Amino acid sequence: MSDQTQTISLEATMPTATSKRQSHGLSDALSGWLMSLPLALILFFFLLLPILTIVIVSFWGATEYSIYPAFQFDNYEFLLTSPVTYQVFLNTIKYAVIAWAATLLIGFTIAYFLAFHVRSLVWQIAFFLLCTIPFWTSNIIRMISWIPFLGRNGIANSTLMDLGIIDQPLEWLLYSDFAVILAFVHLYTLFMVVPIFNTMMRIDKSLLEAAYDNGATGFQTLTNVIIPLTKPGIMIGSIFVITLVMGDFITVRFMSGSQKANVGRLISNDIGLLQYPSACATAVILLITVLLVIAVMLRFVDIRKEL
Amino acid sequence: METRPRSFYFLAAFFILFLVFLYGPTITIAILSFQGPQGGLTFPMRGVSLHWFHELFQQQAVGDIWGSFARSFVLGLMVMVTTVVVSVMGGLAFRKRFPGSGVVFYLIITSLVIPSILISLGVGLIFSQSGLTVHWSTSGFGSQLTWTLPFGLLIMFAVFNRFDKSFEEAARDQGASAWQTIWHVVLPIIAPMLIGVALFGFTLSYDEFARTLLTAGSYNTLPLEIFGMTTNVTTPVIFALGTLTTGFSLVIIAVFLITVLVLNRRRARQGSDAGKGMV
Repeated sequence: MSDQTQTISLEATMPTATSKRQSHGLSDALSGWLMSLPLALILFFFLLLPILTIVIVSFWGATEYSIYPAFQFDNYEFLLTSPVTYQVFLNTIKYAVIAWAATLLIGFTIAYFLAFHVRSLVWQIAFFLLCTIPFWTSNIIRMISWIPFLGRNGIANSTLMDLGIIDQPLEWLLYSDFAVILAFVHLYTLFMVVPIFNTMMRIDKSLLEAAYDNGATGFQTLTNVIIPLTKPGIMIGSIFVITLVMGDFITVRFMSGSQKANVGRLISNDIGLLQYPSACATAVILLITVLLVIAVMLRFVDIRKEL
Repeated sequence: METRPRSFYFLAAFFILFLVFLYGPTITIAILSFQGPQGGLTFPMRGVSLHWFHELFQQQAVGDIWGSFARSFVLGLMVMVTTVVVSVMGGLAFRKRFPGSGVVFYLIITSLVIPSILISLGVGLIFSQSGLTVHWSTSGFGSQLTWTLPFGLLIMFAVFNRFDKSFEEAARDQGASAWQTIWHVVLPIIAPMLIGVALFGFTLSYDEFARTLLTAGSYNTLPLEIFGMTTNVTTPVIFALGTLTTGFSLVIIAVFLITVLVLNRRRARQGSDAGKGMV
């Protein structure tokens, strides 16, 4: 009985406190929703709705000139039974892996140099800006600018011939896998440098001194201290590069002179032929692939914590 | 100062090579755009002239590049303003977790990593199927926001993660309303970062290609126009155009960076009026 009265008296005092907290929580939620409403609307209309449309249209049918609503698996059946699809997906993954490895190696080295070997903050910022400025210029122009280098009579070939290293111009410089990868590395190394540099700058320098005092060589410090601590940056950079390369269609088209294919080009070719349902089916498969890759990579890093 | 380890010189050389790799091609086409009238797409230079820049003003030689430049510029400004406003609001909203914030966060990440051609294709289909006109200022504008907003928001999240809340508490203690606190305290403090967001918003829009490809409609933006030229123009006129737009981008970047620098200087000079009494 006395227990009960106690509970009742407790309950009598509690409500004011909880209701106050609740109303606070409600107004927080409300202001959160209101403030993020424009964002949510834009993402709904230009991200979610397009994805939904693509999924729906991927079941539609198409004639040579038009598309019509239907619910058929023809597009997927054709896609998944065609050997071309697997070849193209394999090629896409090949580009992604090579570009990822190259940008990671170069990006890490550059970030390492900026973070640990450049000693004044002003120079660090200046060099860092120098690395990021091309990001704010046109990718198309940056691709075009490889033509005078790699062409049959380009700078690379004429230099190599002048040096007597080769007798005939190399044909594989422009319009080849080599050119595609080169352009990827040229365009996207930045996406590795920035997050890796960002995490490196947050490493406590006394950890490096501790490693040094305990007799670690520079290389040991690198592999045992710096690389483990830089992992989040490496993961974020990798997510950028891999998704950009896997979703690309224009670099492959331009740098291979339309001779090589990846999934993005498969989609854009279908679009060119007005075969939207088939383009959508390929797009759905591509999106699933990319999201799976990202989901795996996000297991290794909490982006919200790294910002 | 202690002596530099040997690895420093190796890495410095690597860094210089990287910069050459990064800037070399752009500098090359800048030089080649001054080719003489008989010059081709590669060295040797056949004389030096402004011939190809002059060609840019001949409608029949290059098509409607000035119209597309104007469209890209206006679109860039529209995207810039929207990106800044929406990112700041989103950044403020995300300072407290609210129901659904996790979903919105993953949508932002999806917006960043989704292959651009999907946005182009999806938005294009929505507009054409629902009978709306595909136009750079509607469908193109929205598509570009899916690319610029994630950058703006991630910057804002990073800014607010480092934001010293005691400034706001001080303002609140002095009786400022929530709105006054944001307007007079928070926004001035984060102003240099907002310029950064604006820079991302404008330049990413100005150079955007894939997401605008199927959403620009019958009037091209500049990157689309330039890409069209690559298939049928085989003269250095395309280098001249490339040099000009890159130059324009560099000017824009410089303007933004100088603005940040000036803001920081002014802040350093008039940082605190503590002890100076009411001004």
